[in-house]
Amino acid sequence: MRASFVFTEMGIAIRRNLSMVISVILVTFISLTFVGTAGLLQQQIGSMKTYWYDKAQVAIYLCTATSPKDVCPQGEASNDVQATVNTRLNSNTLKPYIAKAFFENHAQAYKTFQNEFKNNAVAKYVTPAQLNETFWVKLKDPNQAPIVIESFSGLSGVEQVKDQRTYLDQIFSMLNIASLAAISIAALMLFSAALLISTTIRLSAVMRRREIGIMRLVGASNFYIQLPFILEGVVAGVIGSLLAGGAILAVVNYFVQGYLVQQLPFTSFVGLGDAFTLLPALVGLGGLLAGIAAASSIRRYLRV
Amino acid sequence: MISISQVTKSYRGAPRPALDDVSIEIDKGEFVFLVGASGSGKSSLMRLVLREDIPSSGSIHVLGENLVGIPNRRVPRFRRNLGVVFQDFRLLPNKTAAQNVAFSLEVIGKSKGFIAEAVPEVLRLVGLEEKASSLPSELSGGEQQRVALARAIVNKPAILLCDEPTGNLDPKTSEGIMDLLNRINLTGTTILMATHDRGIVDKYRKRVIELSQGKLVRDEQGSGYGNK
Repeated sequence: MRASFVFTEMGIAIRRNLSMVISVILVTFISLTFVGTAGLLQQQIGSMKTYWYDKAQVAIYLCTATSPKDVCPQGEASNDVQATVNTRLNSNTLKPYIAKAFFENHAQAYKTFQNEFKNNAVAKYVTPAQLNETFWVKLKDPNQAPIVIESFSGLSGVEQVKDQRTYLDQIFSMLNIASLAAISIAALMLFSAALLISTTIRLSAVMRRREIGIMRLVGASNFYIQLPFILEGVVAGVIGSLLAGGAILAVVNYFVQGYLVQQLPFTSFVGLGDAFTLLPALVGLGGLLAGIAAASSIRRYLRV
Repeated sequence: MISISQVTKSYRGAPRPALDDVSIEIDKGEFVFLVGASGSGKSSLMRLVLREDIPSSGSIHVLGENLVGIPNRRVPRFRRNLGVVFQDFRLLPNKTAAQNVAFSLEVIGKSKGFIAEAVPEVLRLVGLEEKASSLPSELSGGEQQRVALARAIVNKPAILLCDEPTGNLDPKTSEGIMDLLNRINLTGTTILMATHDRGIVDKYRKRVIELSQGKLVRDEQGSGYGNK
């Protein structure tokens, strides 16, 4: 009895106030889509980090005949250099940190390069001699890269020691900035959504002031008077957040999985499963925000 | 039943208090006319009894509740023992007579079964069983006020407050409403009725309380409207 009455009242309120309710739905929809996008970007960063950090290695590039003369005055690194690096890598000081180390000569480097730049014009002009002979060092703990860099930087015959993670960190910081931007837009939009909800509820209350007046006169409890209005806000918020969830799922399914995955086959991308974990958070956020905005608005209206 | 003791009510910015040191005792089953010019404080007094306002000083007890100290959350439950009728009826225009009455029971959580029994019964009492499914716009003024009365008494209140219930009605229709109020009063309901209707007050010869500029100037049993 009580419940059916409350829901009937809520239904009447929504029908009378339909255009405002639709605008609330749309604003929550758009703002929560931004929230969801930021969440997806963070998940993407996370999955890329585990994928790439795992592959990333420290590269010890040996001098070639074409290396700059200021770092490699004696030109192409001799076999002695190779031997020195190898000995040091196997020494007792470094060995405990290293999971795996292997040497790549000119011919192997050329093969890898041709593979990676298959469709790129540059592949035609490069000769094996131009590519560095390289020691690839995989560490047990990638964070200890500085130890290897310290030991080999400045060694004569070594052109450069590079932690590949530094390349990745640039990409991650760009993705981080993008998700920060999405969060900022989302925060602004959520704020306007909250204002819009409280205006909508106030309008709804004004349109039903006769009913409210009678309810107060005959002794309806405050909770009973307020509930239909709060529910009106929550329903609009939840519909908006469900739409946002749908949009996020569609983006992941059609854009990420349907397009990006084919364009960039060697990258791991967020999947539908990741998007589904975002859904409860979005719906909860939308419903909670709308409920709080509606409740505070109707309380203020009824107090006057 | 209603005990008003040395009550003063001032509104901010008003030159004089709306009620000035007013004391009134009303017993169970009484029928009291509250008279006085516009602005004499009748409406302020009604609002205080309904606990829509709190007096600036003095105390009010209604049905055993101290209305100055009662916490806000207990006010709804208190009001369920009061019925109220206004000059402008205050019916919901999109609900039928029966739905208007039922609405006041629904919002205090009465069961469907109770409503299904109580609504036709009270509509029969006010003589509107034929018009149960008419909208307010299809009813005359007197009929609309009967619906409002039905709504006020359907929950069997101990006290019925009437704020100029005949103010918008012609004398003949007013008489019908007064007969109804009299009958309600005979079942034991205390009635406090604010009115400007000289003819009615003079005819029914009840207890009359007169306010003038916020002061109590007369409280007589079996009196008339007065000279003003």
